[in-house]
Amino acid sequence: MTETGTRTDTGTSSEDALLELAEKQAALGEVRGGPAADPVNIPMIRHWLDAMGDTNRSYLDQGIAPPAMAQVWTMPGVRRGVKERSPVDDVLAALDAAGYTGVVATNCEQTYHRPARVGERLTAATRFSGLVGPKRTALGEGYFATWNVTWYGEGDAPVAEMMFRVLKFRPRRRRETPAPASGSAPAASSAQRSGVAPYPLRPAQNRDTAFFWEGVRQGELRIQSCADCGRLRHPPGPVCPSCRSTNRSFVVARGEGTVFSYVVHHHPPVPGREMPFVVAVVELPEGVRIVGNVVDCPPDAVGIGMELRATYRAMDDEVILPMWAPRES
Amino acid sequence: MRTLTEDQIEIGAVLPELSIDLTPTVVVSTALATMDFTPVHHDVEGARAQGSKDIFLNILTTMGLVERYVTDWTGPEAIIRRINVKLGVPAYAGDRLDFNGTVVTQDGPDYTVEVRGKVSLGDHATATVTFTLPSDRTI
Repeated sequence: MTETGTRTDTGTSSEDALLELAEKQAALGEVRGGPAADPVNIPMIRHWLDAMGDTNRSYLDQGIAPPAMAQVWTMPGVRRGVKERSPVDDVLAALDAAGYTGVVATNCEQTYHRPARVGERLTAATRFSGLVGPKRTALGEGYFATWNVTWYGEGDAPVAEMMFRVLKFRPRRRRETPAPASGSAPAASSAQRSGVAPYPLRPAQNRDTAFFWEGVRQGELRIQSCADCGRLRHPPGPVCPSCRSTNRSFVVARGEGTVFSYVVHHHPPVPGREMPFVVAVVELPEGVRIVGNVVDCPPDAVGIGMELRATYRAMDDEVILPMWAPRES
Repeated sequence: MRTLTEDQIEIGAVLPELSIDLTPTVVVSTALATMDFTPVHHDVEGARAQGSKDIFLNILTTMGLVERYVTDWTGPEAIIRRINVKLGVPAYAGDRLDFNGTVVTQDGPDYTVEVRGKVSLGDHATATVTFTLPSDRTI
């Protein structure tokens, strides 16, 4: 691609430049690295099994590596200076330079074609396969970068393959809707998270609702139930509206639901939140409805009947709020 | 330990839960065993300087633990063909990682298990693991 004419919108031209670089790097195809420092070997396998707590004897008995060790053989080691360049590096560096300095890994998909045998030396080949963005995400505006690594033994037939995706995001100056970050990206730099400012809105917690927030801290969506007639009710309250019993218990919901109705909040500003955001009434298969934010998708993607799953967002070091994300995401 | 046979695997079968206490030793020993020397996996101060509250599991370990969770159940001779992990919240030292799983599909010789690894902040990993049973096996 060539630059045609003068651009006045710098945002667009930097987007174009990033996508152009991504295309160029993808066009390089598969770039092979050097062979692994060590051949597949018993001590490293034993050490790995020990650390994982994996008592499966078949690997050592058969002299094969656990499939999930595929990437271990070609890791660069402590001395990063000797790391080989891959087509991915330039794209990540360009994203850093454009202000997308945060990184979280989102997907790691590995396919194992055959076991790696003790004695063979693996080689990794990396192919940059795509850049998508800019997208609005819970962590901030960002790009999803995807690359593929294939491990080869002696011949041309692959031993294992991996698709790896990271979100490179522009960290917010103030963390407004901080979603928990994922693990670090082993092939890229490690996760960077900005400091967590206290979330200004504290949920009301009292004897009626304590069980609910306790559940949220454990990643469970708890719905109050009548300990006598069993009827579920939400929000929690002291008396069963059906049989008037004050004996209460709770059930753990599956954490799935559908949008019953929703609003997109644009104004007025809400402290600690970034506008616009979606507030939905979510209908649970258990039979109650619950109010919550729909996240991880643009507001205009939300619609009545949309299938959701519960997600638990750390708003700061103390407050975790249950929210809803598209079920397929 | 014996490996499961075809007639012992039903769609919808639930795997026994596995709970792993993520001590600093677990986080550090697995990071080093996977050759991942990124400071956020072994250096508490380094991790905090990056905005994390503590050191946390690296992805190669998440892959390894998901694999172990499934082979703990299938027995040693099952062959893992594919592990797809969607990464969620970090698994910090001091937390606990609880795995649960369900057999969701069978496609010819391939069985697929859905695995969820949960920590106190929510889902750390949501995975599908595909495996086959050894074909030439006699019971």
